[in-house]
Amino acid sequence: MSDVAVHGVAGEFEPSIFGTYSKKIGMWLFLLSDSLTFGALLAAYTYGRVSYGTEHGASLWPTPFHSESIRNATIMTAFLLTSSLTMVLAVRASVFGNAKAQRLWLLATMACGIGFIVLHGNEWSNLIAEGLTLPIFGTPPHAHAAAEFTEVTKTVPQFAGTFFGLTGMHMLHVTIGVIYLGVIALRKWFIPVLLAFWLVAWLGTPAYSPFHDASHLLLIGAIVISIILWLKPKLYDSSDVEVAGLYWHFVDLVWMFIFPLVYLMSTRII
Amino acid sequence: MDAIQVALAQEAAEKQRHHPKSTFFWVWGVLLILTGAEVYLAYQNMELVRMLTLLLGLSIVKAALIIGYFMHMKYEMSRMKWLTMGSLTICLVLMCIFLPDAYRIVELGIR
Repeated sequence: MSDVAVHGVAGEFEPSIFGTYSKKIGMWLFLLSDSLTFGALLAAYTYGRVSYGTEHGASLWPTPFHSESIRNATIMTAFLLTSSLTMVLAVRASVFGNAKAQRLWLLATMACGIGFIVLHGNEWSNLIAEGLTLPIFGTPPHAHAAAEFTEVTKTVPQFAGTFFGLTGMHMLHVTIGVIYLGVIALRKWFIPVLLAFWLVAWLGTPAYSPFHDASHLLLIGAIVISIILWLKPKLYDSSDVEVAGLYWHFVDLVWMFIFPLVYLMSTRII
Repeated sequence: MDAIQVALAQEAAEKQRHHPKSTFFWVWGVLLILTGAEVYLAYQNMELVRMLTLLLGLSIVKAALIIGYFMHMKYEMSRMKWLTMGSLTICLVLMCIFLPDAYRIVELGIR
C-alpha cells in the first residue's frame, strides 16, 4: 500500500528508527538470524566435545590436526582477514565514486575468498583420504583401512559429523559471498565466469570427491543470478557495495570462532 | 529506491568518507597479530578450560574489531548497536543452556 493511501500526502514516510537505509537493516537482520544458525552448529560441536568427557585432565575428543593442518588453517584465516581489508577498501572506493578501484578491490576480495575455498577443499580432501569421512562421501580409490583417522570415524562419529557440517556450512557461505561480490563487481559479465568455474570444479574433481557433486551449486548460482539480473538489471551503487560488504565481513567473523574452537582446540601436540 | 532511502544511503556514504583509511590497516594488523597469538596458545600445553577461555576471549576481541570497524557498527546510532548486538548476545548465550546436559551425559557414562 502506498504512503499516499495511508497519509494522503505523497512522499511522507516514517523516518527510519535506526537512522539508516532499509537494505542495510534488512542485511543486518539476515546476518543476525544466520548467526543463530552458526551458533547452533558451534553449540552442537561443543556439546559433542563436552559430552565425550576427559581422562586425566585430557579431552577424549579427537585431536587430529597436525601442524600441517594448523598451518593451512592459519593461511586460510589470513586470506579471510585480508579479504575483509580489501572489502572495506572497496566500500571506501565506492563512496568516493571511484568505480575502477571499487571493482579492483572487489576482485581482490573474491581472489582471497577463492584462495580460502581452494585451501579448505584441499584440507577436506586430505582428511577424507586419511579416513576422516562421512557415509555420504565417496571412498577414494587409494584409501586403505588402516588410514590414520579411520578409527576416529568409527569410534567418534560425532567428530566428522560436526566438523564437516560446520565447516561445510561456512564454505557454502564463502562460495555464496564470492558469487554475490562477482555480481556486484561484474554484473552480467560474471555469469560466463561462474559457468567456467563450474566446469573447472566439475571436470577437475574426481567423481568420489564431495566437491564433484557440490560443484553443481555454481551452476545453480549462475541460473539464479541470471534470473535476478534479468528481472532487475541495475548499476550497483555504494549502498549495494556496503550491504555486500556486511555479508562478506560476517563470513570472516564466523571463521574467527570456527578456527580456534574447531582447529586450535583440536591441535595434535607431539 | 525511493527518495528517503536514497537520502539515507547518501548520508551513510558521506559519513564513511570521513573514516580514515589508516584505521582499517591498523585493525587488519591487530587481527593478524591476535591470530598469531591464538596459534601460539594452541601449542602451549595448558589446561583445556583455560585454553578455551583464552581463545574464546581473543575471538570475541577479534569479532568486536570486525563488527565495530569493518562493518561500521561503531559509527551507527546507539539504538542500532544495542538492539542488534544485545539481541544476538542473548540468543547465543541462551544456546549454552544445553551444555549442562552434556556434562550430565559424561557423569552417567552414556555415549
